[in-house]
Amino acid sequence: MLTQEMKGILAASKKRGWVLEPGAKRLLGLAGLAIPEFKWSTSLDELLNFAQEIGYPVVAKVVSPKVLHKTDSGGVVVGIEDETGLKQAFGKLSAQEGFEGVLVEEMLAGVELIIGAKVDYQFGPVILMGLGGTGVEIYRDTTLRMAPLTRNDVESMIRGLKAHELLEGYRGSEPVSLEELTRMLLAFSGLVMEIEEQFESIDLNPVMCSSDGCVVADARIMLKG
Amino acid sequence: MNFQRIFEPKSMAVIGVSLTNDRHPANVIYNKNLLRYPLKVFPVNPKGGILQGEDVYTQISEIPEKVDLAVVVVRAEQVPDVLDACIQAGAGGAVVISGGFAESGRGDLQDRMVALGREAGFPFIGPNCLGIYSPSYVDTFFLPSERLVQPASGNVAIVSQSGGILVDQMLNFSSEGVGLSLAVSIGNKALIKEVDLLSYFSKDPKTDVIAFYVEGFGKSEGRDFVLAASECPKPVIVMKSGKSPEGGRAVSSHTASLAGDYEVFSQVLSQYGVVEARNQFELVSFCESLGCYRTSVKGRIGIITGSGGHGAMAVDCCYQNGLSVPPIPEDLQEEIRGALSRSVGPIASLGNPIDLTGSAMDDDFVVAAEYLSRAPDIDCVMMLLLPYIPGITSDLGARLSHVVRREGKPLVAYVPHVDKYSMLIEGFELNRVPVSPAIEGAVLMAEAMRRWKPC
Repeated sequence: MLTQEMKGILAASKKRGWVLEPGAKRLLGLAGLAIPEFKWSTSLDELLNFAQEIGYPVVAKVVSPKVLHKTDSGGVVVGIEDETGLKQAFGKLSAQEGFEGVLVEEMLAGVELIIGAKVDYQFGPVILMGLGGTGVEIYRDTTLRMAPLTRNDVESMIRGLKAHELLEGYRGSEPVSLEELTRMLLAFSGLVMEIEEQFESIDLNPVMCSSDGCVVADARIMLKG
Repeated sequence: MNFQRIFEPKSMAVIGVSLTNDRHPANVIYNKNLLRYPLKVFPVNPKGGILQGEDVYTQISEIPEKVDLAVVVVRAEQVPDVLDACIQAGAGGAVVISGGFAESGRGDLQDRMVALGREAGFPFIGPNCLGIYSPSYVDTFFLPSERLVQPASGNVAIVSQSGGILVDQMLNFSSEGVGLSLAVSIGNKALIKEVDLLSYFSKDPKTDVIAFYVEGFGKSEGRDFVLAASECPKPVIVMKSGKSPEGGRAVSSHTASLAGDYEVFSQVLSQYGVVEARNQFELVSFCESLGCYRTSVKGRIGIITGSGGHGAMAVDCCYQNGLSVPPIPEDLQEEIRGALSRSVGPIASLGNPIDLTGSAMDDDFVVAAEYLSRAPDIDCVMMLLLPYIPGITSDLGARLSHVVRREGKPLVAYVPHVDKYSMLIEGFELNRVPVSPAIEGAVLMAEAMRRWKPC
């Protein structure tokens, strides 16, 4: 069931047509998906303090209703090692169109996956997963299932990827936690069924997966017009 | 809604016959049913008169009995009133052949028809369709009989959005010996949709396989369809057109771009155990195979042939399709070798494929089929037969099908389809063993059993 806060996030974003990253992450966190600890602020001092608290390296991203694809517009700075780096990043990001602050969070490691959803005309809500990151539309290594997902669906989605060996520990690398990945997909499927009437498509990309678990590093929720 | 009266009618009204034009679609339908089917046929035209010596009724209510089926071939604007008259006259249902509805901007007429049908619980097929071909009951296709090849009656039901594609499949089915329980062209599918017919056929005792040609489902109708298919104990096969991506459509997310209409269609079908046929050749191969064997296999194939080349081609094709060709254990090979004829035993290769060579005789094929049918690591036998090998006779098809009946393991066959081999082919087909005119087809027949996931 959607909580009041979740409904509030969706209602506040309706006019814009999509949910800004901080709101999207909060919503996903409330739905039981792991999200990184983050701080969203227009104050450089607050962000510097936060980065100090969680420890470097960190990532800084622009929050702007005008910037839908952050990477394409230079709105993401990764691997910031210290205060100087964060100050520089803040300066660069604060110049972006529609600037409403900077989001700072910890650097995550792991295999980059995409988890997504859309409302298909013929089949209703469907869920996609696959190899993520910025090359997602180059590799096109994804599987799709109609929501809601069962455990069997999730298993066959993972097995159906060309890259499934990467997840299961390729050439000595540690396998990603399939249990945590499954848990995330099932929680996501539950959320998708709850907001079926309100969204058009969702990209969780990348989702960083390692042996410790899976964390949503970036999220975009497109709402129905 | 009850489809019994429209699929197995004992009486039919053809509304819209012409008194002057023998080639009018309604007249073609009237004639072929009058001359070739056991049901009573009544011609209807508001002008009345005489057609080929028979009285023409001015309206359906004048017919002295309640007809099971009304075939409607009148102008689009008149169809809602005609349907209303059919309902008032107690007809069991209708086929609306006429076009000129949602497909050409008259969705309003179609909506009125749907409202009438829903309210009265009156099933109608179409509009804008060929309607129903129900072997030994009725044929509402407005195509003259001499222009068609009709499949024999059998256990495959086929439903198509396109009349033309349906007729083509019927030609293919006929030449491959696949029999039909029913064929329905649903056209605009205003009231009766794929999912309604899926529910009907899943309970129809004459139908073992349900095949569909789909251009697209309506809003969320694909969801209803796959959920119903996953509950259906019979294999459901779908062939789809409209697979090309719609170019230039702006999408704002990676998911929307990666999950195109066809990708979703194809993967969701497979998620729910529906077998997708990617083309007409797959469709006929899948229907033939699953019409013979309602069984699911892992896909471990044992190949038997008289030609090494055929074996090698089949192995390649199996692996391309996700089937495997596991090696035959040494001890089993020795057993088989001991049972083969003296001229063949020493020269046959018995790994997998089993190549019995051009010296093989009927008995050798039968022996090999028996042993592979009993091998626990093989779940389907593939028999590639070259009838030009001198030791093969026309009896072999029937003999091998007895092996299938005795041993209970599916066997699929390849035989080149030339007239002079027809007795061999019929020995398989008439005994419900699927046989393809191509090696790839035999592989697809095995693949059908691997893809089908019974609920």
